[in-house]
Amino acid sequence: MADGHVHALYLHGNSVLHRVAPQIKIVAAFLIVIGIVVTPREAFWAFGLYLVAIVALATVAHITPRFAARRMVIEVPFLLVALLLPILGGGSTVEVFGLSLSQAGLWDAWNILAKATLGLSIAVILGATTQMPELLVGLDGLKMPSIVTAIAGFMVRYIDVILSDWSRMRIAMASRAHGARWITQIGPMARTLGVMFVRTYERGERVYLAMRSRGYTGSMPASAIPAAPVSQWMLGGAVIAAVWAVAALAVLTR
Amino acid sequence: MSTPVISVDNLSYRYPDGTAALEAVSLHIHPGERLALLGPNGAGKTTLILHMNGIHMPQTGSISVSGVLLDNSSVMDIRRRVGVVFQDPDDQLFMTTVRRDVEFGPRNLGLEGAELEARVDAALEAVGVADLADRPPNHLSFGQKRRVAIAGILAMEPDIIVLDEPTANLDPASRSELTALLDDLDITQLIVTHDLLYANEVCDRAVILNEGRVVADDDIGTILRDDELLAKHRLALPKGVRI
Repeated sequence: MADGHVHALYLHGNSVLHRVAPQIKIVAAFLIVIGIVVTPREAFWAFGLYLVAIVALATVAHITPRFAARRMVIEVPFLLVALLLPILGGGSTVEVFGLSLSQAGLWDAWNILAKATLGLSIAVILGATTQMPELLVGLDGLKMPSIVTAIAGFMVRYIDVILSDWSRMRIAMASRAHGARWITQIGPMARTLGVMFVRTYERGERVYLAMRSRGYTGSMPASAIPAAPVSQWMLGGAVIAAVWAVAALAVLTR
Repeated sequence: MSTPVISVDNLSYRYPDGTAALEAVSLHIHPGERLALLGPNGAGKTTLILHMNGIHMPQTGSISVSGVLLDNSSVMDIRRRVGVVFQDPDDQLFMTTVRRDVEFGPRNLGLEGAELEARVDAALEAVGVADLADRPPNHLSFGQKRRVAIAGILAMEPDIIVLDEPTANLDPASRSELTALLDDLDITQLIVTHDLLYANEVCDRAVILNEGRVVADDDIGTILRDDELLAKHRLALPKGVRI
Protein backbone atom coordinates (compact mmCIF):
# COMPACT_ATOMS: atom_id res chain seq x y z
CA MET A 1 0.00 0.00 0.00
CA ALA A 2 3.07 2.19 0.23
CA ASP A 3 2.46 3.65 -3.19
CA GLY A 4 -1.02 4.73 -2.30
CA HIS A 5 -4.34 4.53 -4.08
CA VAL A 6 -5.04 8.07 -5.10
CA HIS A 7 -1.63 8.42 -6.71
CA ALA A 8 -2.06 5.42 -8.97
CA LEU A 9 -3.75 7.69 -11.50
CA TYR A 10 -0.56 9.65 -12.10
CA LEU A 11 1.93 8.74 -14.79
CA HIS A 12 5.43 10.01 -14.07
CA GLY A 13 6.67 12.06 -16.95
CA ASN A 14 7.75 15.44 -18.18
CA SER A 15 5.64 16.03 -21.27
CA VAL A 16 4.17 19.39 -22.30
CA LEU A 17 0.89 18.32 -20.74
CA HIS A 18 2.66 17.47 -17.48
CA ARG A 19 4.15 20.94 -17.41
CA VAL A 20 1.00 22.94 -18.14
CA ALA A 21 -0.29 24.74 -15.01
CA PRO A 22 -2.92 22.64 -13.22
CA GLN A 23 -5.59 25.34 -13.22
CA ILE A 24 -5.50 25.45 -17.03
CA LYS A 25 -5.78 21.69 -17.27
CA ILE A 26 -8.76 21.66 -14.90
CA VAL A 27 -10.61 24.39 -16.82
CA ALA A 28 -9.80 22.79 -20.16
CA ALA A 29 -10.88 19.31 -19.04
CA PHE A 30 -14.16 20.69 -17.73
CA LEU A 31 -14.97 22.73 -20.83
CA ILE A 32 -13.92 19.98 -23.24
CA VAL A 33 -16.21 17.51 -21.50
CA ILE A 34 -19.08 20.01 -21.76
CA GLY A 35 -18.35 20.39 -25.47
CA ILE A 36 -18.46 16.60 -25.91
CA VAL A 37 -21.69 16.27 -23.94
CA VAL A 38 -23.61 18.91 -25.94
CA THR A 39 -22.62 17.36 -29.27
CA PRO A 40 -25.69 15.72 -30.89
CA ARG A 41 -25.38 11.95 -30.89
CA GLU A 42 -26.04 11.72 -34.63
CA ALA A 43 -22.82 13.60 -35.44
CA PHE A 44 -20.54 10.56 -35.74
CA TRP A 45 -17.92 12.62 -37.53
CA ALA A 46 -17.64 14.95 -34.52
CA PHE A 47 -17.04 12.06 -32.13
CA GLY A 48 -14.44 10.75 -34.57
CA LEU A 49 -12.66 14.10 -34.42
CA TYR A 50 -12.79 14.13 -30.61
CA LEU A 51 -11.30 10.67 -30.55
CA VAL A 52 -8.45 11.75 -32.81
CA ALA A 53 -7.80 14.78 -30.60
CA ILE A 54 -7.84 12.68 -27.42
CA VAL A 55 -5.48 10.08 -28.87
CA ALA A 56 -3.19 12.94 -29.92
CA LEU A 57 -3.23 14.43 -26.39
CA ALA A 58 -2.60 11.01 -24.83
CA THR A 59 0.31 10.45 -27.20
CA VAL A 60 1.82 13.81 -26.28
CA ALA A 61 1.53 12.80 -22.60
CA HIS A 62 3.17 9.41 -23.31
CA ILE A 63 0.11 7.53 -22.07
CA THR A 64 0.15 3.96 -23.33
CA PRO A 65 -3.10 2.21 -24.39
CA ARG A 66 -2.50 -0.30 -21.60
CA PHE A 67 -2.24 2.43 -18.94
CA ALA A 68 -5.40 4.13 -20.24
CA ALA A 69 -7.34 0.86 -20.49
CA ARG A 70 -6.58 -0.08 -16.88
CA ARG A 71 -7.85 3.24 -15.64
CA MET A 72 -10.96 3.11 -17.78
CA VAL A 73 -12.19 -0.14 -16.28
CA ILE A 74 -14.24 2.00 -13.90
CA GLU A 75 -16.57 2.72 -16.82
CA VAL A 76 -17.57 -0.92 -17.30
CA PRO A 77 -20.62 -1.00 -14.99
CA PHE A 78 -22.06 2.06 -16.75
CA LEU A 79 -21.51 0.50 -20.14
CA LEU A 80 -23.28 -2.68 -19.02
CA VAL A 81 -26.31 -0.62 -18.07
CA ALA A 82 -26.11 1.20 -21.39
CA LEU A 83 -26.04 -2.14 -23.24
CA LEU A 84 -29.34 -3.08 -21.64
CA LEU A 85 -31.10 -0.09 -23.21
CA PRO A 86 -31.49 -1.55 -26.75
CA ILE A 87 -32.95 -4.73 -25.25
CA LEU A 88 -35.31 -3.07 -22.79
CA GLY A 89 -36.20 0.02 -24.88
CA GLY A 90 -39.53 0.29 -26.71
CA GLY A 91 -40.63 1.81 -30.02
CA SER A 92 -39.61 0.68 -33.48
CA THR A 93 -37.08 -2.14 -33.64
CA VAL A 94 -34.32 -3.23 -35.94
CA GLU A 95 -32.95 -6.71 -36.53
CA VAL A 96 -29.27 -7.10 -35.51
CA PHE A 97 -27.71 -10.58 -35.64
CA GLY A 98 -31.17 -12.07 -35.26
CA LEU A 99 -31.93 -9.93 -32.19
CA SER A 100 -34.78 -7.49 -32.28
CA LEU A 101 -33.35 -4.30 -30.72
CA SER A 102 -35.06 -1.02 -29.91
CA GLN A 103 -33.94 1.75 -32.22
CA ALA A 104 -34.28 4.47 -29.56
CA GLY A 105 -32.43 2.22 -27.11
CA LEU A 106 -29.57 1.79 -29.58
CA TRP A 107 -29.24 5.54 -29.94
CA ASP A 108 -29.30 5.99 -26.17
CA ALA A 109 -26.68 3.29 -25.68
CA TRP A 110 -24.43 4.83 -28.33
CA ASN A 111 -24.90 8.26 -26.75
CA ILE A 112 -23.76 6.99 -23.34
CA LEU A 113 -20.98 4.87 -24.74
CA ALA A 114 -19.47 7.64 -26.84
CA LYS A 115 -19.80 10.52 -24.39
CA ALA A 116 -18.85 8.57 -21.26
CA THR A 117 -15.80 7.04 -22.90
CA LEU A 118 -14.55 10.31 -24.35
CA GLY A 119 -15.28 12.22 -21.13
CA LEU A 120 -13.53 9.61 -19.03
CA SER A 121 -10.51 9.66 -21.36
CA ILE A 122 -10.20 13.38 -20.70
CA ALA A 123 -10.28 12.70 -16.95
CA VAL A 124 -7.67 9.95 -17.32
CA ILE A 125 -5.38 12.32 -19.22
CA LEU A 126 -5.87 15.01 -16.56
CA GLY A 127 -5.13 12.52 -13.77
CA ALA A 128 -2.14 11.03 -15.57
CA THR A 129 -0.45 14.38 -16.13
CA THR A 130 -1.29 16.14 -12.86
CA GLN A 131 -0.25 15.02 -9.39
CA MET A 132 -2.94 15.16 -6.73
CA PRO A 133 -1.34 18.02 -4.73
CA GLU A 134 -1.03 19.99 -7.99
CA LEU A 135 -4.72 19.48 -8.73
CA LEU A 136 -5.49 21.00 -5.34
CA VAL A 137 -3.16 23.92 -6.06
CA GLY A 138 -5.00 24.33 -9.36
CA LEU A 139 -8.37 24.42 -7.62
CA ASP A 140 -6.97 27.00 -5.19
CA GLY A 141 -5.73 28.96 -8.18
CA LEU A 142 -9.26 28.91 -9.61
CA LYS A 143 -10.49 30.52 -6.38
CA MET A 144 -12.28 27.43 -5.15
CA PRO A 145 -13.25 28.10 -1.48
CA SER A 146 -10.23 27.12 0.61
CA ILE A 147 -12.34 25.01 2.94
CA VAL A 148 -13.30 22.79 -0.02
CA THR A 149 -9.72 22.30 -1.17
CA ALA A 150 -8.63 21.75 2.44
CA ILE A 151 -11.21 18.97 2.86
CA ALA A 152 -10.17 17.44 -0.45
CA GLY A 153 -6.53 17.67 0.67
CA PHE A 154 -7.24 15.87 3.94
CA MET A 155 -9.09 13.18 2.04
CA VAL A 156 -6.15 12.66 -0.29
CA ARG A 157 -3.72 12.67 2.62
CA TYR A 158 -5.61 10.28 4.88
CA ILE A 159 -7.29 7.80 2.57
CA ASP A 160 -4.22 5.56 2.55
CA VAL A 161 -3.84 5.86 6.33
CA ILE A 162 -7.48 4.86 6.82
CA LEU A 163 -7.31 2.04 4.31
CA SER A 164 -4.24 0.62 6.00
CA ASP A 165 -6.02 0.86 9.37
CA TRP A 166 -8.88 -1.04 7.81
CA SER A 167 -6.67 -3.73 6.34
CA ARG A 168 -4.89 -4.18 9.69
CA MET A 169 -8.25 -4.67 11.38
CA ARG A 170 -9.25 -7.19 8.71
CA ILE A 171 -6.03 -9.10 9.34
CA ALA A 172 -6.64 -9.00 13.09
CA MET A 173 -10.12 -10.43 12.51
CA ALA A 174 -8.90 -13.09 10.13
CA SER A 175 -6.15 -14.03 12.62
CA ARG A 176 -8.88 -14.91 15.06
CA ALA A 177 -10.54 -17.12 12.51
CA HIS A 178 -13.13 -14.73 11.18
CA GLY A 179 -13.77 -15.34 7.51
CA ALA A 180 -15.96 -12.71 5.94
CA ARG A 181 -17.39 -14.84 3.19
CA TRP A 182 -20.99 -15.23 3.99
CA ILE A 183 -23.84 -12.90 4.85
CA THR A 184 -24.16 -14.28 8.42
CA GLN A 185 -20.69 -12.94 9.11
CA ILE A 186 -21.65 -9.44 8.20
CA GLY A 187 -22.26 -8.57 11.87
CA PRO A 188 -18.61 -8.48 12.99
CA MET A 189 -17.76 -6.71 9.75
CA ALA A 190 -20.31 -3.99 10.39
CA ARG A 191 -19.09 -3.54 13.96
CA THR A 192 -15.52 -3.25 12.71
CA LEU A 193 -16.66 -0.53 10.34
CA GLY A 194 -18.21 1.24 13.32
CA VAL A 195 -14.93 1.00 15.25
CA MET A 196 -13.17 2.28 12.14
CA PHE A 197 -15.43 5.30 12.12
CA VAL A 198 -14.70 6.05 15.78
CA ARG A 199 -10.95 5.63 15.26
CA THR A 200 -10.98 7.92 12.28
CA TYR A 201 -12.93 10.48 14.26
CA GLU A 202 -10.34 10.26 17.05
CA ARG A 203 -7.58 10.70 14.52
CA GLY A 204 -9.38 13.79 13.28
CA GLU A 205 -9.27 15.16 16.83
CA ARG A 206 -5.55 14.48 17.10
CA VAL A 207 -4.86 16.09 13.72
CA TYR A 208 -6.85 19.12 14.83
CA LEU A 209 -4.78 19.33 18.03
CA ALA A 210 -1.59 19.18 15.98
CA MET A 211 -2.93 21.91 13.70
CA ARG A 212 -3.80 24.17 16.62
CA SER A 213 -0.37 23.52 18.10
CA ARG A 214 1.12 25.04 14.97
CA GLY A 215 -0.98 28.15 15.15
CA TYR A 216 -4.13 27.13 13.26
CA THR A 217 -7.03 29.41 14.16
CA GLY A 218 -9.78 28.27 11.84
CA SER A 219 -8.67 29.11 8.33
CA MET A 220 -6.01 27.40 6.27
CA PRO A 221 -3.10 29.72 5.53
CA ALA A 222 -3.10 30.80 1.90
CA SER A 223 -0.46 29.05 -0.18
CA ALA A 224 1.58 30.71 -2.84
CA ILE A 225 0.08 29.74 -6.19
CA PRO A 226 2.34 30.25 -9.18
CA ALA A 227 0.45 32.17 -11.86
CA ALA A 228 -0.10 30.25 -15.08
CA PRO A 229 1.82 31.78 -18.00
CA VAL A 230 -0.29 33.50 -20.68
CA SER A 231 1.19 31.24 -23.37
CA GLN A 232 -0.21 28.19 -21.58
CA TRP A 233 -3.62 29.80 -21.24
CA MET A 234 -3.57 30.46 -24.99
CA LEU A 235 -2.66 26.85 -25.68
CA GLY A 236 -5.46 25.60 -23.43
CA GLY A 237 -7.86 28.14 -24.95
CA ALA A 238 -7.03 26.94 -28.44
CA VAL A 239 -7.81 23.31 -27.57
CA ILE A 240 -11.08 24.31 -25.92
CA ALA A 241 -12.01 26.52 -28.87
CA ALA A 242 -11.37 23.68 -31.32
CA VAL A 243 -13.61 21.29 -29.41
CA TRP A 244 -16.34 23.89 -29.06
CA ALA A 245 -16.13 24.75 -32.76
CA VAL A 246 -16.69 21.09 -33.63
CA ALA A 247 -19.58 20.90 -31.15
CA ALA A 248 -21.16 24.09 -32.54
CA LEU A 249 -20.84 22.84 -36.10
CA ALA A 250 -22.42 19.54 -35.10
CA VAL A 251 -25.33 21.32 -33.43
CA LEU A 252 -25.88 23.67 -36.40
CA THR A 253 -25.74 20.98 -39.09
CA ARG A 254 -28.04 18.60 -37.26
CA MET B 1 19.68 32.35 37.23
CA SER B 2 18.39 32.82 33.66
CA THR B 3 14.67 33.17 32.85
CA PRO B 4 13.29 29.66 32.54
CA VAL B 5 12.12 28.67 29.04
CA ILE B 6 9.17 27.03 30.72
CA SER B 7 7.96 27.82 34.14
CA VAL B 8 4.98 25.84 35.42
CA ASP B 9 3.81 26.98 38.84
CA ASN B 10 1.29 25.18 40.98
CA LEU B 11 -0.69 24.00 37.97
CA SER B 12 -3.81 21.90 38.60
CA TYR B 13 -6.28 20.59 36.07
CA ARG B 14 -9.52 18.65 36.36
CA TYR B 15 -11.34 17.05 33.47
CA PRO B 16 -14.99 18.04 33.04
CA ASP B 17 -16.03 14.82 34.82
CA GLY B 18 -14.06 15.91 37.92
CA THR B 19 -11.08 13.55 37.50
CA ALA B 20 -7.92 15.29 38.63
CA ALA B 21 -5.33 15.11 35.85
CA LEU B 22 -2.72 17.46 37.35
CA GLU B 23 -2.29 18.39 41.01
CA ALA B 24 -0.15 21.40 41.92
CA VAL B 25 2.53 20.70 39.35
CA SER B 26 5.58 22.96 39.44
CA LEU B 27 8.35 22.55 36.91
CA HIS B 28 11.05 24.83 35.55
CA ILE B 29 13.06 24.18 32.43
CA HIS B 30 16.09 26.37 31.73
CA PRO B 31 17.64 27.35 28.39
CA GLY B 32 19.73 24.59 26.85
CA GLU B 33 18.41 21.90 29.19
CA ARG B 34 17.39 18.45 27.99
CA LEU B 35 14.74 17.26 30.33
CA ALA B 36 13.10 13.83 30.35
CA LEU B 37 9.50 13.68 31.52
CA LEU B 38 8.89 10.14 32.73
CA GLY B 39 5.82 8.47 34.12
CA PRO B 40 3.46 5.53 33.63
CA ASN B 41 0.47 5.59 31.29
CA GLY B 42 -2.23 7.93 32.52
CA ALA B 43 0.18 9.93 34.71
CA GLY B 44 -0.86 13.24 33.13
CA LYS B 45 2.15 13.71 30.84
CA THR B 46 0.13 14.53 27.74
CA THR B 47 -2.18 16.82 29.70
CA LEU B 48 0.86 18.69 30.96
CA ILE B 49 2.29 19.09 27.45
CA LEU B 50 -1.02 20.39 26.14
CA HIS B 51 -0.91 23.05 28.85
CA MET B 52 2.58 24.13 27.87
CA ASN B 53 1.43 25.26 24.43
CA GLY B 54 -1.91 26.59 25.55
CA ILE B 55 -4.19 23.93 24.07
CA HIS B 56 -5.45 23.53 27.64
CA MET B 57 -5.56 26.70 29.71
CA PRO B 58 -4.51 26.56 33.39
CA GLN B 59 -7.51 26.22 35.69
CA THR B 60 -5.38 27.06 38.72
CA GLY B 61 -1.71 27.98 38.78
CA SER B 62 0.18 29.55 35.90
CA ILE B 63 2.57 28.87 33.04
CA SER B 64 5.13 31.24 31.57
CA VAL B 65 7.22 30.61 28.49
CA SER B 66 10.43 32.65 28.27
CA GLY B 67 8.89 35.06 30.73
CA VAL B 68 5.60 35.44 28.78
CA LEU B 69 2.60 34.50 30.91
CA LEU B 70 0.18 32.14 29.15
CA ASP B 71 -3.25 33.76 28.80
CA ASN B 72 -5.77 34.33 26.01
CA SER B 73 -3.85 37.23 24.58
CA SER B 74 -0.47 35.48 24.50
CA VAL B 75 -1.59 32.03 23.39
CA MET B 76 -0.53 32.35 19.74
CA ASP B 77 2.89 33.64 20.76
CA ILE B 78 3.21 30.73 23.21
CA ARG B 79 2.29 28.19 20.52
CA ARG B 80 5.13 29.51 18.41
CA ARG B 81 7.55 29.32 21.33
CA VAL B 82 6.62 25.78 22.40
CA GLY B 83 6.82 23.32 19.51
CA VAL B 84 5.18 19.96 20.19
CA VAL B 85 6.09 16.89 18.13
CA PHE B 86 3.25 14.42 18.64
CA GLN B 87 3.60 10.69 18.94
CA ASP B 88 2.04 9.60 15.64
CA PRO B 89 3.58 11.54 12.75
CA ASP B 90 0.53 10.72 10.62
CA ASP B 91 -1.44 13.00 12.94
CA GLN B 92 1.02 15.79 12.43
CA LEU B 93 1.71 15.61 8.71
CA PHE B 94 -1.67 16.56 7.34
CA MET B 95 -0.75 18.52 4.24
CA THR B 96 -0.36 16.95 0.81
CA THR B 97 3.39 17.49 0.41
CA VAL B 98 6.31 17.68 2.83
CA ARG B 99 7.08 21.29 1.89
CA ARG B 100 3.50 22.44 2.32
CA ASP B 101 3.38 20.71 5.68
CA VAL B 102 6.54 22.35 6.97
CA GLU B 103 5.18 25.68 5.68
CA PHE B 104 1.96 25.32 7.65
CA GLY B 105 3.23 26.73 10.94
CA PRO B 106 5.28 29.65 9.55
CA ARG B 107 2.40 30.61 7.24
CA ASN B 108 0.10 30.75 10.24
CA LEU B 109 2.66 33.15 11.73
CA GLY B 110 2.28 35.34 8.66
CA LEU B 111 5.52 34.51 6.88
CA GLU B 112 5.62 34.42 3.10
CA GLY B 113 7.87 34.73 0.09
CA ALA B 114 11.63 34.35 0.32
CA GLU B 115 11.62 34.53 4.11
CA LEU B 116 9.22 31.60 4.32
CA GLU B 117 11.18 29.61 1.80
CA ALA B 118 14.45 30.17 3.66
CA ARG B 119 12.82 29.12 6.94
CA VAL B 120 11.41 25.93 5.43
CA ASP B 121 14.63 25.02 3.64
CA ALA B 122 16.64 25.51 6.83
CA ALA B 123 14.24 23.28 8.79
CA LEU B 124 14.29 20.52 6.17
CA GLU B 125 18.07 20.77 6.02
CA ALA B 126 18.40 20.56 9.82
CA VAL B 127 16.67 17.17 9.93
CA GLY B 128 18.27 15.93 6.70
CA VAL B 129 15.18 15.57 4.53
CA ALA B 130 15.70 18.42 2.01
CA ASP B 131 15.47 15.90 -0.83
CA LEU B 132 11.97 14.83 0.23
CA ALA B 133 10.41 18.32 -0.01
CA ASP B 134 8.02 17.58 -2.85
CA ARG B 135 6.99 14.09 -1.77
CA PRO B 136 3.55 13.39 -0.32
CA PRO B 137 3.89 12.33 3.35
CA ASN B 138 2.14 8.99 2.61
CA HIS B 139 5.19 7.90 0.63
CA LEU B 140 7.70 8.33 3.46
CA SER B 141 9.08 5.74 5.86
CA PHE B 142 8.12 6.04 9.51
CA GLY B 143 11.54 7.46 10.44
CA GLN B 144 11.33 10.02 7.63
CA LYS B 145 7.86 11.06 8.75
CA ARG B 146 9.20 11.59 12.25
CA ARG B 147 11.96 13.85 10.88
CA VAL B 148 9.55 15.86 8.76
CA ALA B 149 7.29 16.32 11.79
CA ILE B 150 10.30 17.73 13.68
CA ALA B 151 11.11 20.00 10.69
CA GLY B 152 7.55 21.34 10.83
CA ILE B 153 8.18 22.39 14.41
CA LEU B 154 11.70 23.75 13.84
CA ALA B 155 10.34 25.95 11.04
CA MET B 156 8.42 27.88 13.69
CA GLU B 157 11.73 28.65 15.46
CA PRO B 158 10.47 27.69 18.91
CA ASP B 159 12.22 28.34 22.23
CA ILE B 160 11.69 24.73 23.23
CA ILE B 161 10.80 21.54 21.40
CA VAL B 162 8.63 18.99 23.19
CA LEU B 163 8.76 15.44 21.85
CA ASP B 164 6.05 12.96 22.84
CA GLU B 165 7.43 9.41 22.76
CA PRO B 166 9.88 10.17 19.95
CA THR B 167 11.28 6.63 19.78
CA ALA B 168 7.90 4.86 19.59
CA ASN B 169 7.79 2.48 16.60
CA LEU B 170 11.31 3.35 15.39
CA ASP B 171 13.70 0.58 14.41
CA PRO B 172 17.13 0.65 16.16
CA ALA B 173 18.85 2.41 13.25
CA SER B 174 16.21 5.15 13.01
CA ARG B 175 16.38 5.45 16.78
CA SER B 176 20.11 6.15 16.78
CA GLU B 177 19.71 8.55 13.85
CA LEU B 178 17.07 10.41 15.82
CA THR B 179 19.38 10.52 18.86
CA ALA B 180 22.14 12.02 16.74
CA LEU B 181 19.73 14.49 15.16
CA LEU B 182 18.34 15.71 18.49
CA ASP B 183 21.83 15.88 19.91
CA ASP B 184 22.85 18.27 17.13
CA LEU B 185 19.89 20.60 17.62
CA ASP B 186 20.88 23.65 19.59
CA ILE B 187 17.55 24.05 21.35
CA THR B 188 16.00 23.34 24.74
CA GLN B 189 14.24 19.96 24.70
CA LEU B 190 11.59 18.24 26.76
CA ILE B 191 11.33 14.55 25.97
CA VAL B 192 8.31 12.61 27.16
CA THR B 193 9.09 8.93 27.11
CA HIS B 194 8.88 5.44 28.60
CA ASP B 195 12.17 4.59 26.97
CA LEU B 196 14.48 5.11 29.96
CA LEU B 197 17.65 4.17 28.11
CA TYR B 198 16.88 6.69 25.44
CA ALA B 199 16.15 9.34 28.05
CA ASN B 200 19.52 8.54 29.61
CA GLU B 201 21.26 9.01 26.25
CA VAL B 202 19.80 12.42 25.45
CA CYS B 203 18.80 14.07 28.72
CA ASP B 204 20.66 15.50 31.70
CA ARG B 205 17.72 15.80 34.04
CA ALA B 206 14.54 13.81 34.63
CA VAL B 207 11.17 14.46 36.18
CA ILE B 208 8.77 11.70 37.15
CA LEU B 209 5.08 12.51 36.96
CA ASN B 210 2.59 10.11 38.53
CA GLU B 211 -1.08 10.55 39.27
CA GLY B 212 -0.82 14.16 38.23
CA ARG B 213 2.00 15.06 40.64
CA VAL B 214 5.71 15.63 40.24
CA VAL B 215 7.16 12.88 42.42
CA ALA B 216 10.83 13.22 41.51
CA ASP B 217 12.98 15.88 39.85
CA ASP B 218 16.72 15.24 39.73
CA ASP B 219 19.80 14.46 37.72
CA ILE B 220 18.82 11.64 35.34
CA GLY B 221 21.53 9.27 36.60
CA THR B 222 20.36 9.64 40.19
CA ILE B 223 16.77 8.88 39.21
CA LEU B 224 17.57 5.90 36.98
CA ARG B 225 19.78 4.33 39.68
CA ASP B 226 16.98 4.47 42.23
CA ASP B 227 15.26 1.13 41.55
CA GLU B 228 12.81 1.59 44.37
CA LEU B 229 11.65 4.98 43.07
CA LEU B 230 11.27 3.63 39.54
CA ALA B 231 9.33 0.56 40.66
CA LYS B 232 7.03 2.63 42.80
CA HIS B 233 6.01 4.62 39.73
CA ARG B 234 5.66 1.70 37.33
CA LEU B 235 8.95 2.42 35.57
CA ALA B 236 11.85 0.02 35.08
CA LEU B 237 15.07 -0.29 33.17
CA PRO B 238 15.37 -3.40 30.98
CA LYS B 239 16.43 -6.41 33.04
CA GLY B 240 20.12 -6.56 33.79
CA VAL B 241 20.83 -2.97 32.72
CA ARG B 242 22.55 -0.66 35.19
CA ILE B 243 23.16 3.02 34.62
